Amino acid sequence: MHATALIAEDEPLLAAALQAELARAWPQLQIVATVGHGAAAVEQALALQPQVLFLDIRMPGQSGLEAAAELAEEWPDAGPGSAPFPVIVFVTAYDQYALQAFEAQAVDYLLKPVLPERLARTVQRVQGQLAQRQACAPEQSPAAALPEATLAQLRALLAPATPAEPLRVIQASVGQQIRLVPIDEVLVFEAADKYLRVLTADSELLIRTPLKDLLPQLDAGAFWQIHRGTVVRASAIHSVQRDEAGKLSLRLRERPEAWPVSRLYAPRFKAM
Amino acid sequence: MTSSQGPWWLRWLPADSRAGVQRRAFIVWGMAAVIGVAQSLLSPYQHPLGMSLLYSYAISTCIWCLCDPLRIVLHRWLGAQPPYYWSFNARSIAYQVLAVVVGYAAGTALGDAYTGQSSWQLLQLSPQRFWGFVLGSFGISAGFLFFFYHREKAQALEQQATEARLKLLETQLEPHMLFNTLANLRVLIQVDPPRAVAMLDRLGDYLRATLKASRTDAVGGGHTLADEAARLRDYLELMAVRMGPRLGYALDLPDTLLQQPVPPLLLQPLVENAIRHGLEPQVEGGRITVTAQPDGPRQWRITVRDTGVGMDPQAPPPPRADGGFGLAQVRERMASLPGAGPVQVDSAPGQGTRITLTLPLQP
Repeated sequence: MHATALIAEDEPLLAAALQAELARAWPQLQIVATVGHGAAAVEQALALQPQVLFLDIRMPGQSGLEAAAELAEEWPDAGPGSAPFPVIVFVTAYDQYALQAFEAQAVDYLLKPVLPERLARTVQRVQGQLAQRQACAPEQSPAAALPEATLAQLRALLAPATPAEPLRVIQASVGQQIRLVPIDEVLVFEAADKYLRVLTADSELLIRTPLKDLLPQLDAGAFWQIHRGTVVRASAIHSVQRDEAGKLSLRLRERPEAWPVSRLYAPRFKAM
Repeated sequence: MTSSQGPWWLRWLPADSRAGVQRRAFIVWGMAAVIGVAQSLLSPYQHPLGMSLLYSYAISTCIWCLCDPLRIVLHRWLGAQPPYYWSFNARSIAYQVLAVVVGYAAGTALGDAYTGQSSWQLLQLSPQRFWGFVLGSFGISAGFLFFFYHREKAQALEQQATEARLKLLETQLEPHMLFNTLANLRVLIQVDPPRAVAMLDRLGDYLRATLKASRTDAVGGGHTLADEAARLRDYLELMAVRMGPRLGYALDLPDTLLQQPVPPLLLQPLVENAIRHGLEPQVEGGRITVTAQPDGPRQWRITVRDTGVGMDPQAPPPPRADGGFGLAQVRERMASLPGAGPVQVDSAPGQGTRITLTLPLQP
């Protein structure tokens, strides 16, 4: 069977060029879809389950990194009829910070303009990884579908590049007034559509700041990200449970809800 | 590491002040030698050279200590800002006068302690010589302070201007924009050479205009709305190749206003912001319209409107590596332009952004 790939690139000329270069460097590779933004990349990747993803980092809407994180969370567990997690190659014109994180090289990257020699190296590496996977038994635990090295690198890429001035008070409008909540009282931040839910032990507020803008302003030791859209206060966590399907969920001391922990952040919870 | 940390013997001072303090110390000590020798040779009272040098060094070092390193230690109290630690106010003037008096007394006392003489006796023996010394020292100190104050002020201003130019260059020559444009060019050269040539020419003009603007601060200089529109077209055409159908644009500029003077690259940061923060994050892209129209007999208006994601004008700008500079820079330049109105920003999330500049109409 031929290998399959998806290209996500918002600049039409560059998407066409990458496809043409790939046709020369890897004639057997079948491009199953070319999309122009991150959300489409996630949708098409889940629907078509290609083996390789070429993701531009800076795209409208969702970035390539965010798309990869969402895929890591949404990718179906191993089982009959489900493919292993794709090999990801990030494509970027210039991203100093990301390039540092790429040095571990669990995931490959390409710099624009994409040069044929460099692309040939990437193709070799991807082919090597795909061959390695075939050599291993295809039916393995869900964790095998997502190598921990890939997850760790995704987490590193998604972590805020430059910590901003720490936030001390959350200001939320409630009707005509602005309510102020000290950050020490906040237990959970949860992304909800266009808003961010801010939960304390006994109240709930909505703010408009997106989670990704808020994250750099939070103390990374006090607040842990447990899901693409959820950040919880570490000291408020009561326990973490694993269900029969292997999924983790978390309970807080002062809130009744159960909070799902995504694959990307699950490795954080291990017994000491 | 030495160059960034400064001399070891000044480690107790703020890092950005050390090099300057050391430079001034060497100048002061060099001058102290000249003064000591000159006094010994020229004075009619035949001072031994050793004595002259001893007093010259003791007094100048004491005055320098109080006027320079201690001033930097006390810079907050004196109302001075790093990295330029000078201030000019009643408190700092009083401090410097007192520093010279106390420094002179302390230096003289040090010299006396070493030689076992008393310079204060001179006040009785020969008041003229005593006051001659005092006034001479004060005059020299005042001269030094005046010289250093002006030199460092000029240096600080020059540094600020250099930083502003560098920042403009960094914003204009954003690597992401540059490398994506090159990647597009690389493709076009293979599939559509005439279009590649056109794009390369646009890029050349864009780079030339950017470098030129980073070198001159000229507000007038004969740059007109027509010139500025040509620069905008270069940039928008480059972006249109990259973004394809996601970018639409229109420049609606009446002929009667085309010869109006405009500061170079005044509109460009606004259009770049509209694309970078307005249209690029939006999946479906959008449209940019630049309009100019007369506004009464004395003024005219330029409006840059986009149909992008918009923003909350009240909200603090989110932390970004590259952002915020464009609009702040335009505001600054408009504020220094005589007869110009305030920069008006209308925007709301999901509603796009409209920025209006009001400029004086030139006959």
